[in-house]
Amino acid sequence: MFTGRAAARLQPMDTLVIAGRTFSSRLIVGTGKYSSPPVMVQAHEASGADMITVAVRRVNITLPGGGGQASLLDYIDTSKYVLLPNTAGCYTAEDAIRTARLGREAGMSNWVKLEVIGDERTLFPDNAALLDATRVLVSEGFVVLPYTSDDPVVCRKLEDAGAAAVMPLGAPIGSGLGIQNANNIRIIREFAHVPVIVDAGVGTASDAALAMELGADGVLMNTAIAGAQDPVAMAEAMKLAVRAGRLAYLAGRIPRKMYATASSPVEGVVGR
Amino acid sequence: MTVQTLLARLEIDPRRVAVEQNLVVLKRAVFDRTEVSEGDQIEIVNFVGGG
Repeated sequence: MFTGRAAARLQPMDTLVIAGRTFSSRLIVGTGKYSSPPVMVQAHEASGADMITVAVRRVNITLPGGGGQASLLDYIDTSKYVLLPNTAGCYTAEDAIRTARLGREAGMSNWVKLEVIGDERTLFPDNAALLDATRVLVSEGFVVLPYTSDDPVVCRKLEDAGAAAVMPLGAPIGSGLGIQNANNIRIIREFAHVPVIVDAGVGTASDAALAMELGADGVLMNTAIAGAQDPVAMAEAMKLAVRAGRLAYLAGRIPRKMYATASSPVEGVVGR
Repeated sequence: MTVQTLLARLEIDPRRVAVEQNLVVLKRAVFDRTEVSEGDQIEIVNFVGGG
């Protein structure tokens, strides 16, 4: 009789559901810092991601060719990937709200990765402003996925405010430090009734696997892939890591013990 | 001039952008009917790479 988390393993597909929408991949990737669009496209493909996040910025009309440069959307097959506009770079709730509304209109989708940054060096979120912006955008019909701290209380408040998921950071954006506070991520998952997606700070595959082993429903990353020496290979590594971590979580790991427990029988040893 | 005309002058593809006029986001469908006036604050944004 299979019960509990192991039972989920036996479902045909262990999918990620956010706001009623199903994703087969639990890895969400960004579009920033790639060395070139073709590399980005190949990395996205290798990652197996279903959802890709994009930033919203003013069109640079001073560049040669006016506004007619190639657009990011020229490189993303929107029939294959779900676009998730983000409010990266916004330091106030007002800016984030305006950016979200513009992103909705540009992308014809009401999903938004909401970021309200509180500090330039750490890019840690301004959670008070984030909560305000979440409430406003939820009331306007947005599906809000807020980037936030690894603070279970803030995550609970965001969920109560109507966020469709909570996205606690593992470590500062782009830092590659991995999961700085594993126990907090575990607690956030325990308390939350919406998906928990670890967003920011992942550096290498084991970080992503750890996030999933802690019970996260997904992982979002950009720099870990785009900044790797071989982004396409790292994207594949991340795809595998997210799957491995998820399987390990569902498989139910052994408890940690301070001392040894022999794996082989103690009786019948020659010479004893 | 309309927003549509403005975008054409700037060589911007209307399908790739969102436009805000005086803090109000405009629906793409009304670009050709919305007049731009002197003193208007216009934001024209598109999607770019970012995390």
